[in-house]
Amino acid sequence: MTKAGTTVVRADPPAPAVRLPRRRGIELALIVVAVLLSVYGYCAVGLARQGTVPPGAAGYGAGLGVLALVAHLAVRYRAPYADPLLLPIGVLLNGLGLVLIYRLDLETPGDRAAPTQLVWSTVGVALFIVTALFLRDFRVLQRYSYVCVAAALALLVLPIAFPAVNGARIWIRIAGFSIQPGEFAKVLLAVFFAAYLAANRNALAFSGRRIWWLQLPTGRVLGPIVAIWLLSVVVLVLERDLGTSLLFFGLFVVLLYVATGRTGWIAVGLLLASLGAVAVGWLEPHVHSRVQDWLHPFATIEAGQGPNQLSQSLFAFAAGGTMGAGLGLGHSILIGFAAKSDFILATAGEELGLAGLSAIFLLYGLLVERGYRAGLALRDPFGRLLAVGLASIVALQVFVIAGGVTGLIPLTGMAMPFLAQGGSSVVTNWAIVALLIRVSDSARSQYDGEVAA
Amino acid sequence: MTRNIRMTRYIRHAACFCALLLVALLVNATRIQVFQAHSYDDNPANRRTAIARYGQPRGDILVGDAPVTGSKDTDGRLRYERTYPRGPLYAPVTGFASQVYGTTFLEHAEDDLLSGTDPMLSAFPLWNDLTRRQNPGGDVVTTIDPAAQQAAYAGLAGRKGAVAAVEPSTGRILALVTSPSYDPQVLSGNDAAVERSWARLNADPDKPMLNRAVRQTYPPGSTFKVVTLAAALDAGVVTDVDEATDSPDPYTLPGTTTSLTNEATGCEDAPIRAAFMWSCNTVFARLGVRVGVSDMATTAARFGFNDTGLGIPYSVAESTFDVSVDKAQLALSSIGQYNTRATPLQMAMVSAAVANGGQIRSPYLVERTTRSGGATVSTAGSRPVRQAMHPATAVRLKELMEEVVTEGTGTNAAIPGAIVGGKTGTAQHGVDNSGTPYAWFISWAQGERDLEPKVAVAVVVEDAEADRGEISGGGDAAPIARAVMEAVLTD
Repeated sequence: MTKAGTTVVRADPPAPAVRLPRRRGIELALIVVAVLLSVYGYCAVGLARQGTVPPGAAGYGAGLGVLALVAHLAVRYRAPYADPLLLPIGVLLNGLGLVLIYRLDLETPGDRAAPTQLVWSTVGVALFIVTALFLRDFRVLQRYSYVCVAAALALLVLPIAFPAVNGARIWIRIAGFSIQPGEFAKVLLAVFFAAYLAANRNALAFSGRRIWWLQLPTGRVLGPIVAIWLLSVVVLVLERDLGTSLLFFGLFVVLLYVATGRTGWIAVGLLLASLGAVAVGWLEPHVHSRVQDWLHPFATIEAGQGPNQLSQSLFAFAAGGTMGAGLGLGHSILIGFAAKSDFILATAGEELGLAGLSAIFLLYGLLVERGYRAGLALRDPFGRLLAVGLASIVALQVFVIAGGVTGLIPLTGMAMPFLAQGGSSVVTNWAIVALLIRVSDSARSQYDGEVAA
Repeated sequence: MTRNIRMTRYIRHAACFCALLLVALLVNATRIQVFQAHSYDDNPANRRTAIARYGQPRGDILVGDAPVTGSKDTDGRLRYERTYPRGPLYAPVTGFASQVYGTTFLEHAEDDLLSGTDPMLSAFPLWNDLTRRQNPGGDVVTTIDPAAQQAAYAGLAGRKGAVAAVEPSTGRILALVTSPSYDPQVLSGNDAAVERSWARLNADPDKPMLNRAVRQTYPPGSTFKVVTLAAALDAGVVTDVDEATDSPDPYTLPGTTTSLTNEATGCEDAPIRAAFMWSCNTVFARLGVRVGVSDMATTAARFGFNDTGLGIPYSVAESTFDVSVDKAQLALSSIGQYNTRATPLQMAMVSAAVANGGQIRSPYLVERTTRSGGATVSTAGSRPVRQAMHPATAVRLKELMEEVVTEGTGTNAAIPGAIVGGKTGTAQHGVDNSGTPYAWFISWAQGERDLEPKVAVAVVVEDAEADRGEISGGGDAAPIARAVMEAVLTD
């Protein structure tokens, strides 16, 4: 407290004397590296498969480079203090995802996904640029929090009217494009949660009875958490989308904890989550079978029905070993359905090995860390919660799907951020990066030599 | 302000939670990709092993200098398929290499080398583990003499039977033929046609996939008299082959009322020389009883009977001589009936032992193995040798076998300008000997300018079509043996 006070006194007089360096040059250099790495991967696939550099390599590199460059210029122009790592990480992961999808397209000549993914990536970067250019101050979003939650609910409910695809009602099909509205709902819900909690955190922090070290919340404020829990269960039951349900709930619990610091919330959250999971696991055959697959990945092999997707995925990771088989030289296509989307990480694991996989995990870790750092640097509670929420979306999503395909937790259908095939996902992730850029720009431009206190 | 400081702490806690998730992912990835990788790689449902196996052309099996196998690029997931340009001829040598049904015979025994996984193929130890590369498959050079193989196959002409020929002084297998045969290529690949072929071949009553030369035993009949006589000579039961034997005709088996007769005439009290030449059952049945089960079993074992461990390199069916027999059974066993059974390869070894001064060289099929470039990986080297009988006994038997060809039952095997020895056999089988008899002929041949016999052959013809009376070793089997011997001698 005293420390914070002296800081303010010391930093106030000659305005921003200790402004942070903008670091835009570093961002540009890193973007060049990211684009070159992606082009190298693209060439490596071609060399391994056909012995020649693929004809589209220059075009691919130029396309990715121009997109990244325009995004960089937008950041330079409108968010000059933004964190220099966010954009290059997005470009690298998106570029790597395109390489992996292009590589898997070679195995399925009749079903090419890379061109569509490139179009969606362009849309995503366009959204990023628009956000960077026109969203001057992220605090504007706070005003629209209830619009956000209404839109999020509408987007979530929308697919129920559409037919189920592969057991899940999470897609809507318009004019040949399939869109997962739930992806967009994530960001909107993060905005809403951040705004709601920033406004109500003092009320929510009132604690009720204390049992041992647990501070139980009062009954009055239990309402919102139960409402969100119900929403998750409804999403799960009606859309059969375990992953999204888990993500929403996890996001809410994390933000609730950060806003109020009540361990009781975590206890209640975990209790409700496990209750819900057990109940749904028993009642929903779709979920029940996922849990069974997780516990016994080789059950179908022992039953003589051949390996299921999860065991094929484990085989792919194991085949990669430490150094990987090399781009274009693995056989992860044996996974079959969803090899380019939910199971894209298995291709990375087989062809890039533990080394490449760890690098990818660390890239995500870095992205999340930059988000949290922006949250720490800000003073505005809404901004802090928004940054933490957006970063947590990435963290939880990566954990849920990566843990699922590597057999750490039961598998739930979810897109690996940036890597996986799926337009809605890539656009959403660019929106997340755009918001993080915006938040970190505010954080660093207001920096006064002290971690926000 | 207080709340903000607290929130900073909570954010750090949440960040720690995310870091924990990251660590969990990294640890789990290490578990799968490093520590448990091998168990996943070795899972039989994991097709990567098969993909790697068929991802490169398989090494070839060579006869003479020419490969009798090939590889076809199908561009499928299991890319290279085995081809057999002369499939039926060499099927008992090569076996098949199927993507569905595995491998047999040389394809199986030399699989590591042919598929390139044999560590002997790599230039440096552990090099391939490092580079994740597979060696190109090595080649297997066989001992087969293509002319002899073709002569044998043509001689059988589709009749059920088998031929085995070895070089007596070395044990090299010169011909290994089974008939009827099949084309192993129909089992390559993994489409529905392969399954149909497999079902068809297995359902075929003629059993074309059975390797009759090494995997089927037959009662050897009179050809076994070579072993009986060797035992008698070694044991001193017979000292002079020209001395008249005290042999009744017909011979009542000891302890029974069953009487044994002869096809030939003049067998009563016939000396061994004549009895061998005309194949008198009565004389040799009684001779076996006089030698006794112990000496008979010893000699039979020296020739290779009751040996379960023979591999050429793939395993050879055990030829049997029953040792727990009464005298009547011993009498029948001594003329190659009762429980006496032999593979054609075993009877070729019997003939080779006679030709090679009583010594048996263990038979083998692989001359050497090479890398794909031609550098030698291993050679057969000298084979273990076993004395089957006294050298003097071998000399005596050689003489008697020659006489069978010059003036006895085996004249069909005579080759002008070559020394040929042989022994016919006509083996009864089935319940009450109701089955069509098997025609046998075993022989060896030495060219005029050769220092030692060059080839020993065993031929068996089990022709269900023929009239029972006409089946005989001399008539059906001897001409095939002659063709094989001629092919070897004229090389």
